[in-house]
Amino acid sequence: MNVYLKYSIVMREIMAKVFIYPTTSLILSDMVERLGHIPLGSALSVRDTVQQGGVEGIDSPPLNMTPDDAKRGLKWAAVEVPPGVRGRMSLLGPLIAEAEAAIIMDEPLAFGCMGCARTNELATFLLKEADIPVLELNYPQTDDEGFAFVMAIKEFLKGLEGGEQKAGDGNE
Amino acid sequence: MLQDKLKEGIRDGPEYAGTVTKYVFIESNHTTPDDLALHAYELAAPVMIKETCFGLQVTGDPADVEAVIARIREVDPSHIFVKDRGFPPGDARRCRANMGGARPGYFGHEAEAGVLRYVSYGLQRMYHGDSLSPSELEIIHPKERVELSNERLLEIFNRDA
Repeated sequence: MNVYLKYSIVMREIMAKVFIYPTTSLILSDMVERLGHIPLGSALSVRDTVQQGGVEGIDSPPLNMTPDDAKRGLKWAAVEVPPGVRGRMSLLGPLIAEAEAAIIMDEPLAFGCMGCARTNELATFLLKEADIPVLELNYPQTDDEGFAFVMAIKEFLKGLEGGEQKAGDGNE
Repeated sequence: MLQDKLKEGIRDGPEYAGTVTKYVFIESNHTTPDDLALHAYELAAPVMIKETCFGLQVTGDPADVEAVIARIREVDPSHIFVKDRGFPPGDARRCRANMGGARPGYFGHEAEAGVLRYVSYGLQRMYHGDSLSPSELEIIHPKERVELSNERLLEIFNRDA
């Protein structure tokens, strides 16, 4: 069988949607996907915004803000909250609402202006308030911590309903 | 199909609507982005592959991209990391070919790249079948934050007063 055909018929099973924080994390996004689940990161929201019609005139990525975004953010932040936070929440809020679990890095590498910082605080608060399983981790700084990091995520994801190993253990 | 979209050239609507773009990062002593690109091209899948200094960007229909990613991962499972990207490659709003100067962004990737080797080590041991006891897992969990007690707060006030 053609190799391409062989892989194109690999269908994904029903998996858990796992919100990752930092929302742009390469490591978390890869680990969640590698272990058979769907990572919910900001790239998904940005992709939707970029690909939807009617935003061709927007030329200030990565924000891609429109007045409607700030209005949509009112669902998660009060009207006196700066539009920078509300606009960002219009990207993260739907993902948080959709999430079935979350992995949050402590002392994350997420940084930026005050809009980003406040949005990060609000996002982590909403995740911890939501009735979903949350795993909090540190970034590994040694080999042993790296192994513990991988195994902690693996055990956490294994506990989610409908999860299954995609990459497979011991297949090498 | 992506090929049809490419043939259409410049269009009025958003570029590559309905496609997904994935970053493939390689952090290995044995595999280069060039190796990955060759493996990706071998599939002859209808996707757009861009080779970069850190790995690849793969753009196409979701099922096609997933097939390519699955093949690429087999090359060096512990050292290849994949994530989604919002913009397609070469987007005029992000590509430095149009903007000039250094490309904004990648700071998070740069910061996380420093700890990728530890994660790779952990993945290798996981694939090897090693396991950890729950107590050994604790080293990676954040320590409980101790709240400031009222007495301690008063002590600080009185000291600084």
